[in-house]
Amino acid sequence: MSDVINGKGVLSHADAAEVFISDEPRTDWHDETLWFVRSKRDKASLQVPEWEELRSLASAIKDHSLSNLDNYLKEFEEKATANGIRIHWAADAGEHNQIILDILKKHGFSKMVKSKSMLTEECHLNPFLEKNGIEVVDTDLGERIVQFRQETPSHIVLPAIHLKKQDVSDTFHEHLGTEKGNNDPQYLTEAARGHLREKFISSPLALTGVNFAIAETGGFVVCTNEGNADMGVHAASVHIACMGVEKIIPRAKDLAVFLRLLARSATGQPITTYSSHFHKPRRGQEMHVVIVDNGRSRQLGRADFRNSLKCIRCAACFNTCPVYRRSGGHSYHTAVAGPIGAILNPNLDMKANADLPFASTLCGSCSNVCPVKIDIHEQLWKWRQVLAEEGHVAPSKKVAMKGLAFIFSSPALFRFAGRVGRKMMRAFPGLMNNKKMNPWYKQREMPEAPAQSFRDWFKENKT
Amino acid sequence: MKIGLFIPCYVDQFFPDVARATYELLTKLGCEVEYPLGQTCCGQPMANSGFASLSKGCDANFISCFKHVDYVVAPSGSCVLHLKEHLHGSDEKAATHIREHIYELTEFLTDVLKVSTLPASFPHRVGMHVSCHGQRGLHLSSMTELRLPEFSKPMQLLNMVEGIEVSYPERKDECCGFGGTFCVFEEAVSVKMGKDRIKEHDVNEVEYITGVDVSCLMHLEGILKRNGSKVKTIHIAEILNHELKQKA
Repeated sequence: MSDVINGKGVLSHADAAEVFISDEPRTDWHDETLWFVRSKRDKASLQVPEWEELRSLASAIKDHSLSNLDNYLKEFEEKATANGIRIHWAADAGEHNQIILDILKKHGFSKMVKSKSMLTEECHLNPFLEKNGIEVVDTDLGERIVQFRQETPSHIVLPAIHLKKQDVSDTFHEHLGTEKGNNDPQYLTEAARGHLREKFISSPLALTGVNFAIAETGGFVVCTNEGNADMGVHAASVHIACMGVEKIIPRAKDLAVFLRLLARSATGQPITTYSSHFHKPRRGQEMHVVIVDNGRSRQLGRADFRNSLKCIRCAACFNTCPVYRRSGGHSYHTAVAGPIGAILNPNLDMKANADLPFASTLCGSCSNVCPVKIDIHEQLWKWRQVLAEEGHVAPSKKVAMKGLAFIFSSPALFRFAGRVGRKMMRAFPGLMNNKKMNPWYKQREMPEAPAQSFRDWFKENKT
Repeated sequence: MKIGLFIPCYVDQFFPDVARATYELLTKLGCEVEYPLGQTCCGQPMANSGFASLSKGCDANFISCFKHVDYVVAPSGSCVLHLKEHLHGSDEKAATHIREHIYELTEFLTDVLKVSTLPASFPHRVGMHVSCHGQRGLHLSSMTELRLPEFSKPMQLLNMVEGIEVSYPERKDECCGFGGTFCVFEEAVSVKMGKDRIKEHDVNEVEYITGVDVSCLMHLEGILKRNGSKVKTIHIAEILNHELKQKA
C-alpha cells in the first residue's frame, strides 16, 4: 500500500519494494550478500581495539570541518591554486555539468572516462554530456555493467550488487561479445579489463570523484579498489575531480582517522586497494577541481539535519539496513539510496522524496555502524515531522492520525472505541479479515480480540 | 516506592494476559503497584507517522495519570523509549520527572529492584527476539554493531527461570519489521523481514518466541498463524511470572 507517488511517475519505495520482493529467491540472495558484507565489517571493526574512539574522533573532525567550512574551502582553494590546480565553484548540478562540458569543448574532446563519483550521479552528468555528444565511459567495473544496461547504481560502493553473475554474462555477451552463457567471473572480468584498457588509453580526459580534500595541502585523495581512477588519470592530459563542499578535512594527518574507518566500514577491508593522493598536475597535464554545493549549504542550515553532511559514503548503513537489503537500491529512486539517502534526498527535493524517511522501521542499526556517528534513524524521525508539517504526507494518513490523536486524548473515548472495536472484530471477523482493505491481513492473521480489556479485568478484580 | 503501571493501548485491548502477568509479577516482587485508570497511549503512533505535533492531548493525559508516582513501569521497550525521548507538556516539571523515572519492565527488575532470583519455571525451548527500541534505544542489551562488552538484561532474567532453554537466531539483533505504521505502509518489506526472523528461530526448533515488546511479537504471531506454524509467541513477563502465577 503506498501513500506517496513521486511526481514523475516513479514508484514509491513501498511499491517498488513490493515488486523487488516478488522474486523471493533473488531477494534472499541480495539480503544474504549484503549481510555478508556487514559481517565482514563487524569482524574488521572488532580487530581495532580503539574502534569506538576512532568513530568519535572522525565525527568530531567532521563536525569541526562543517562549522568552519567557509575557511577551510578558501584555504583549500588557495593551496590548490598555488599548486597549479584550477578550482571551479558550482552552485548546483546544472553549473557543475556545464563546467565539465566547457572544459571538454575548450579542448575539442568528444569522449572521457570517469571513475566512481556519486556526485556526478546526483547531478545526472552522464545524460547531460551524452545529450551534448560526449561519450562517457564509467570505468568502475560495477558502474560499467549498470551503464551498459542503462541502469543507475543501486548501491554507492557496490553499484551492481542487484545483479547476479548470469545477468553480467548476458550483458557482456550483448555489449562485449563474450560467450553466451559463460558465467565464469574470471572470464567476464578479463573481458571487461581488455575493454576498459582500450578506453583508458584512448581517453584524453579523466574525471574522478574526491573522497577527501585537504585544506592544509590543497591536495585530495581518491579511494578505489580497482585502480581505475589512477589508470584514467595517468593516461589523460586533463584530470577533473568533482567534490561536494563537505568533502573537506583540515589536515593531512586527519586521513589517518578516515582511511582506517572508510574501507573497514564499507567492505571489511583494512584499507582500499588504492588510496591515491593528488597534489598538482604533472608536467603538461591540466588538473581541475569542481567544488559543488547543490543544496549542501541549505542542509547545513537545517539544525536537525546538518550533520548528515559528515557522511563519507562508506555505505555501511546500506549493508546493515534490513529494509535496504530486502528492497534493493532502485526502490529509493535517487542517486544515493539506503538510510543515508533517505535523510539526504528530502533536502534535494522534499516532495519527490517524501516517501524515503518512511522506508525504515527506525531500528537504529544504521546509526550504530556509521563511522562518523550520524544519528541517521533520529533524522529519519525528524524528517517525518518536517514532511508532515510541509504537507507532503498523504491527506488520508493525516486524517487517520488526527482521529487517533483525538481518541487517545480522551480516556472515555478510548475505552469506548476499544470496546466497540473488539466487539465488532469478534462478531464480524470478515470486517478486518479483508486483504484488499487491510494490508496487515494480506500475509498476517489479526490478533484475537479478547472479550475483556486489561482495564476491565483490573476494575472487576482489583478495585 | 509507588509504581505506576503503564499498559500500552493495544496491550490493554488485545493482550490483557501480558498486562496481568506484568501486574502480578511486580506485585509479587513486593512492589506497590498503581494502575491509573485514565491512561490511553504513549503517542508514538502519531509521532512516528510525522504527527508528533498532534499528540499534545495524549501527552497531557499521560502526564496527569502518572505525575504522582515514583516510577512508571511498562511491558514495552518501544513505548517507554518514545516517552523518554518525547514526553513534554505544560507541566514540564512533571513531564521531566516521568521521562527520568520511566522504565521498561526488565530494566526495572534488573536495575531498580536488582532482582537476583525468580521462583519461575518454564521448561520449554524459547527463541529470544531482541526488540530494537529496547536494545538500541534503551540499551537493554549490547549491540552487534558496537565494539562494547556483551550483556543482556532480559537474558539475565531469563537465566533465573528454571528449565528454560533460550536460543538466539543467527542474526542476533536484526529487526523483525514491525516498525509501527511501517507494518502496513511498507507491508511487503515488513512481512519479509518477519518471515526471515521466524526462519532463523525455526532452525533452533523453538516452541516459543519471546521478547520485551508485544508489538514485535504480535507481528511475528500474525505471520506464524497465517503459515500454520506450531511456534507460539509469549511476552517475557508471562515467562517470568509463569510459576508465580500458578501458585497464586
